[in-house]
Parts: sequence; C-alpha cells; structure tokens
Amino acid sequence: MFKEHIGKQSNKVKNIVERGAVKKFAEAIGDLHPIFIDEETGKNSRYNRNIAPPTFPRVFDYGTIEGLNLPNKGLIHGEQTYHYERPLLVGEEITCYSVIKNYFEKKGTQGEMGFLVLESFGEDESGKIVFSSTQTVIITEAVRKVLIG
Amino acid sequence: MSSLAELKVGESIKEIQLDPVDRITLIKYAGASGDYNPIHTIDEEAKKVGLPGIIAHGMWTMGNLSKLFTDFYGEGFIQDYTIRFKGMVFLNDVVTLQAELAEENENILRFNVRAVNQNGNEVIKGDVLYHRYAS
Repeated sequence: MFKEHIGKQSNKVKNIVERGAVKKFAEAIGDLHPIFIDEETGKNSRYNRNIAPPTFPRVFDYGTIEGLNLPNKGLIHGEQTYHYERPLLVGEEITCYSVIKNYFEKKGTQGEMGFLVLESFGEDESGKIVFSSTQTVIITEAVRKVLIG
Repeated sequence: MSSLAELKVGESIKEIQLDPVDRITLIKYAGASGDYNPIHTIDEEAKKVGLPGIIAHGMWTMGNLSKLFTDFYGEGFIQDYTIRFKGMVFLNDVVTLQAELAEENENILRFNVRAVNQNGNEVIKGDVLYHRYAS
C-alpha cells in the first residue's frame, strides 16, 4: 500500500533548537540537567553552549512527503534509532527532512501488518549532517482496512 | 560515579527508578514533543483502540532512558541510540532504567540499555554507543 512511496523525500524545513523548547522537553523527560538548561554550565562545557537531549529531534518539523497520508491513530512505534555526529547545540538552526526508506508487510497474530521505515536527517548551517534517525512504524490490520476502504 | 572511565565491562551505571507514571507527566510530554496522539492523554480514545487506558509515549520512555548518560556529556556523547519498543507503559507503572557496559572498543563504549516495569518486564530495550572524546 505504501510500496510506491519508497524513496520519496519530504521538503526540507528549517528548525531552531530553541532554548525554551529544550527546557520544556528536558522537563518532560525528567532530565533537567544544567548541561541542557543552565547558560553558565553550557558556556563552561566543551560545547561552549547548552546542548539538547538525544531524543529532542522528535520535536522538529520534517516537512511533508507528498502522497503519504498516515492516520494519527492506531499506529505502533516499533523501533527508533538516532545517530549523531555531535550533540545538538541550543540556538543552532537545523534543516530537517525525511525519506521513505522501506515498506513491507508481514503476517502476524493480529493479521497482516504493514511496516513503514522512515529515515530522517538534520543538517547544520553548513549543510553537514548532525544526526540521522530511523523510525519503524507498524500499521495494524484494523488501520490498513480504514486506509484502503 | 563521576566518570565512565572507571566502569568495567559487565558493570552497570547506577540505575534510576522513576516515579509512578501519572497523567500530567504524559500531558507534559505531549506538549513538549508535539505528539498529541490521544491514546496517551485521553482514556476514551485509548479504550476505542482496545487499550485498558492511556499509555505512555514510547518516546517518553526512550527519552527518560537517555538520562542515565547525561552526567557524562563532559567526556563524550551518545553517538548511536537504538531502541525496540517491546511493551506498553500504563498509568501508575513504575519504570526502572538500566544500562550495562557490554563492550569497550577504544573510544566507543557499547551499553545494553533497557527499561523494565514493576513486574520486571522489558518495555523498551536496545543499545547505546557512547563516544568518548580523546583526552
């Protein structure tokens, strides 16, 4: 059902690693460490800035992939990976986009399941990749029926 | 422990036991992450998809797990973080975060990481490659 979308890429979107958003995120995962939120600690660190937690890219806008209409209900997050070249710095601009890496189907105990693999990227202001992430979304049979019907 | 350098293969970072999961925590994560899937915040919506009640975002648990490494950002960073979501986290669950050093290869430390619930069941599991800066 999503096979024809493999290889499609979203438009690139500029995001800021915004100080307030980092603080709110750190608080939401119970990790209010000074390296994320205290300016002095950031300045005195090897990064000379505050940094963002490794799962912070969840916050970014990755643009839209034309033709990919995922429901917002009934999806299961199967796997998630992040790869970093360096930590994200508070205040920097990151350009984000996603690519549909793969789609396959498997028969499970709950019927036919779809597996959608999305790869996402974040580039710094010089166009260098800072992080990439891969997300496997499981689309259950119930949801697939709705999508087809 | 102030440094990961003291840790030997087979040893663990001090584990963290989280407070019982409550509703406001998940509402906060929804707001902070932008993930407003209602199965994490609204009972009726969770029940509609066959769940007994709201469940935590998998990414909330993954976000929490990484804090085992936050104290060590001075000497390195999380280069790779891989997680498989294995079980659901319900309201009032008590989640414990664990990381064991599995391998050490020059400047890369590989940790087996997991979060378990109060019954000892894994809710997420994976590994962290921690990149230590050359001193």
